[in-house]
Amino acid sequence: MLQVISLLLENKPGALMRVTGLLSQRGYNIESLTVARTLDPELSRMTIVVDVDSTQRQQVIKQMNKLINVLQANDLTESPAVVRELVMVRVRTPQESRTAVLKESEIFGARVVDSSTEGFVIETTGDPEKLGEFIDVMGSYGEIDVTRSGALAIALEARKLRLQPPVPTKELITEPRP
Amino acid sequence: MSTLISGARMLAECLAREGVDCIFGYPGGVTLPFYDVLYEHQIRHVLVRHEENAAFAAEGFARTTGRVGVCCATSGPGATNLTTGLVDALMDSIPIVAITGQVTSKLIGSDAFQEADTFGITRPGTKHNYLVKRLEDLAQTIHEAFYVASSGRPGPVLVDITKDVLQAQGHYQPVTAVHLPGYKVFTEGHTGQIRRAAQLIQESHRPLVYAGGGIVAANASKELRETVELADAPAVVTLMGLGSLPAEHPNFISMPGMHGSYAANMALTNCDTLIALGVRFDDRVTGRLAAFAPHAKVIHVDIDPAEIGKIRAPEVPIVGDVKRVLVKLNRLLAELKTAEAKEPADETRSAARRAWWHQVRQWKLDHPLQVITSESEIKPQHLMGEIDRLSGGQAIVTSDVGQHQMWAAQLIRFSEPRLWLNSGGLGSMGFGLPAAIGAQFARPDKLVFSLVGDGGFQMSIPELSTIAAHGLPIKIVIMNNGYLGMVRQWQTLFYNNRLSSTEIEGFPDTEKLAAAYGFKGRTIDKPWELRSALEEAVREPGPYLLNVKVSSMENVYPMVPAGAGLGEMVLGPPEPVAVPSK
Repeated sequence: MLQVISLLLENKPGALMRVTGLLSQRGYNIESLTVARTLDPELSRMTIVVDVDSTQRQQVIKQMNKLINVLQANDLTESPAVVRELVMVRVRTPQESRTAVLKESEIFGARVVDSSTEGFVIETTGDPEKLGEFIDVMGSYGEIDVTRSGALAIALEARKLRLQPPVPTKELITEPRP
Repeated sequence: MSTLISGARMLAECLAREGVDCIFGYPGGVTLPFYDVLYEHQIRHVLVRHEENAAFAAEGFARTTGRVGVCCATSGPGATNLTTGLVDALMDSIPIVAITGQVTSKLIGSDAFQEADTFGITRPGTKHNYLVKRLEDLAQTIHEAFYVASSGRPGPVLVDITKDVLQAQGHYQPVTAVHLPGYKVFTEGHTGQIRRAAQLIQESHRPLVYAGGGIVAANASKELRETVELADAPAVVTLMGLGSLPAEHPNFISMPGMHGSYAANMALTNCDTLIALGVRFDDRVTGRLAAFAPHAKVIHVDIDPAEIGKIRAPEVPIVGDVKRVLVKLNRLLAELKTAEAKEPADETRSAARRAWWHQVRQWKLDHPLQVITSESEIKPQHLMGEIDRLSGGQAIVTSDVGQHQMWAAQLIRFSEPRLWLNSGGLGSMGFGLPAAIGAQFARPDKLVFSLVGDGGFQMSIPELSTIAAHGLPIKIVIMNNGYLGMVRQWQTLFYNNRLSSTEIEGFPDTEKLAAAYGFKGRTIDKPWELRSALEEAVREPGPYLLNVKVSSMENVYPMVPAGAGLGEMVLGPPEPVAVPSK
C-alpha cells in the first residue's frame, strides 16, 4: 500500500540521502518525492510517496524520526491531509481539435502555458487521481509528453513540533586528563 | 584575539577538550597535517596494522570504559577499511568517533588519488556522519560528533575532513553549545507507564527479567540488581549484557537464545511477565517469534523509540534511559512491597511465585551449563572453565565470533559489566584481538584475555605486531579446532556433514609465530597441560600466545535450530558425529 510521508528536515547536504537510504536499504521503491526549502531557509519540507509493507509503516516513520537531520516525520496516509500534484502536458494536436483541447482543459481547471502551431503545453494541479484522468483525456487528442511533480502533501491539523534546545558544551566536555 | 592555528591543530585541541587521550589509527597522504600535530601532542596515537582494527580497537576502548573511542584513517582505502568496525559499533550501540581524511575539497569528485565517497559509503553504517569542507565548521562538528556518539542510544559517528581544512589557518572559536534541533534524546521514562510496569510486576506470578546491552551502555548494573531483587524475579542476561548482573547473583539464570541455557529459554517460554530492559529482541535471542514468551505480558524499556514494538508489541512501552527508569521503578516497587506487607498476603500469588522459583531452579539443575572434560583431549568447554577459574570474574575477555564465543558466554562468569567484549550484532570475525588492544590501553591494570578461534585469529594476525611494539601483556588464547567451527557445526547438523571450505589447513607454528614477534608462544593439546599452560601465560609479564588444540568436532549445545521456538532446544548431539574421511 502507498504511504504518504511528510518530513521536515534540515536543509543540509546528505539529508535527502539519509531519508531515501532508509527506504532503499529495505528495498522499498519510492513512487514520488518532492523537496523544497521552507520559510526558514535552513529547513526543507519533503513529501514522499512510497510502497511500504503495511507492518513496517510505523517502523519506517520511527527510523526517520531518529535521523539527526530530521525534525519531524509524519505519516499522512490515513490522517486528514491535502495531497496535490502538478502536471505539465505537451499535446500535439491537429488544427481541428485545438478548440476541443482548450475546452477540456477548462473543465479540468488547467492552464495553457505555451501555444504553438504544433499544439499546447498545459499545466494543472490536483489530486493524483484527477491528474491521471486529465492525462488520459489529453492523450486522446494526440501525442503527449507528460511531466509530473510528484505529490505534495500538507496535514490539515497542525502538528506540534518539538525542537531540541541547544546543549551547552560545558555539559559535554570533560576536561583533558592530566 | 587568539593566535592562528591550523585546522589539524584545531582538530587535536577539540579531541583533547573531549577528554581523548588515546586514538587508534593509520596515517596517509591527506591526514599528514594531523599526524604532524600528533608528533608532539599529549594525545597518544596507537599505530595499528590495518584500519579495520583501528575501529575495533576504538570499540574495545569504548566498551571497556564507556567513554568515546576514537579511530583515524586516511582517505580512500583507509576509510573504506574502517567500515566493518563502524557497522559493528552501530549494531552493538558502541560510542566511537572516526576521523577520516578526504582529498582537497577542489579535487572531490575528480577521481583523485585515494579518493572515495566516504560520506556516502559510511552513511548507513554510522549513527551520523559529516563531511567538513570549511575550517569554520570543524570545531563545531567535532563536538557535535562526540555528543551524538555518546548520547541517547550510543553509536559510531564519522567525520570526514578535507586536507585543505586540515591545512588552513584560522582562529579557534570556542564552541559554547551544540544545537541539533532534530536530535531527540529520550531520557525520562513516562511516569504513568512506569507505574503500570510496577503494578504489573507486583501482580505477576511468573516474572522474568530479560536484560541486555542497554544496561551496560547506561551503566545501570546497580539499578538492575535492585530491580531483580525487588521484583524477586529470575533474570536472563543476553550476550551483550553479560556481567551487568553478576553471574554469581542468585537470580542470574544465564544467557538465553540460540545457544542459551535450558533454564533461560524455558523461563522465557513460561514466564507471565517479561521485564525487557535495554534489549532489542534479537532474532538470535527470540528464535521463532510466535513461540517467544507466548504467555507473557511485556514491559519494554529502551532509550530508542524505534526499538519499542519493532519485533514484539509490549503491553507497557517505556522510552527512556534504562538507568533513570529503573531508579523510578525501584522506588515504586519498594513502595508496593511496603504497602503489601501491611495487608494480608495474597496467598495465591505467593504460592505461584514460590512454584515459579522452584521450577526455574529445577530447570537449572536438570540441564546446567557444564564444563565438560576428557582424559584424552582438551574439550573446548574445559578451556572455558579454566579461563573462568583464572579470571575469577574479574578479567577482561574479548572474543571473536563463533563456537568459542558461545562457549565462553555460557561458561565464563563475569562479576562486572564491561569485562566481556564481543561482536554481538554484526558478528565480525577478527574482532577479538584488536578489541583486546583497545581494552588493554584503556585498562593497563587489567588482565586481558583475547579468546579467539583459529579462523578469526588469522584475520587479525597483523596486530601481533602492534601488541609486540607496545609490549601489551595480552593473553591470546586460540581455541584451535582446525575448523571454522560454527559454520562446520551447521554443515554437520544441517548439510549432511559436507564440510565445504571449513577446514583450516596450514595454521602457523605458534612458538615460531610468537617468537617472530619477540614474545612467548606455545601449543598444547593434552588436557593435563591446560591449567599450567594458562597459568604460565598469565604469569608472563608480556604478551603470550597460547594455541590450545581442542577436540575438533565438538558442537555447541543447547541449540535452538533456526526457525524453532526457544522451547524446542536440542540439548545434545543426536548421535555420534562421523568424522569425514579425507
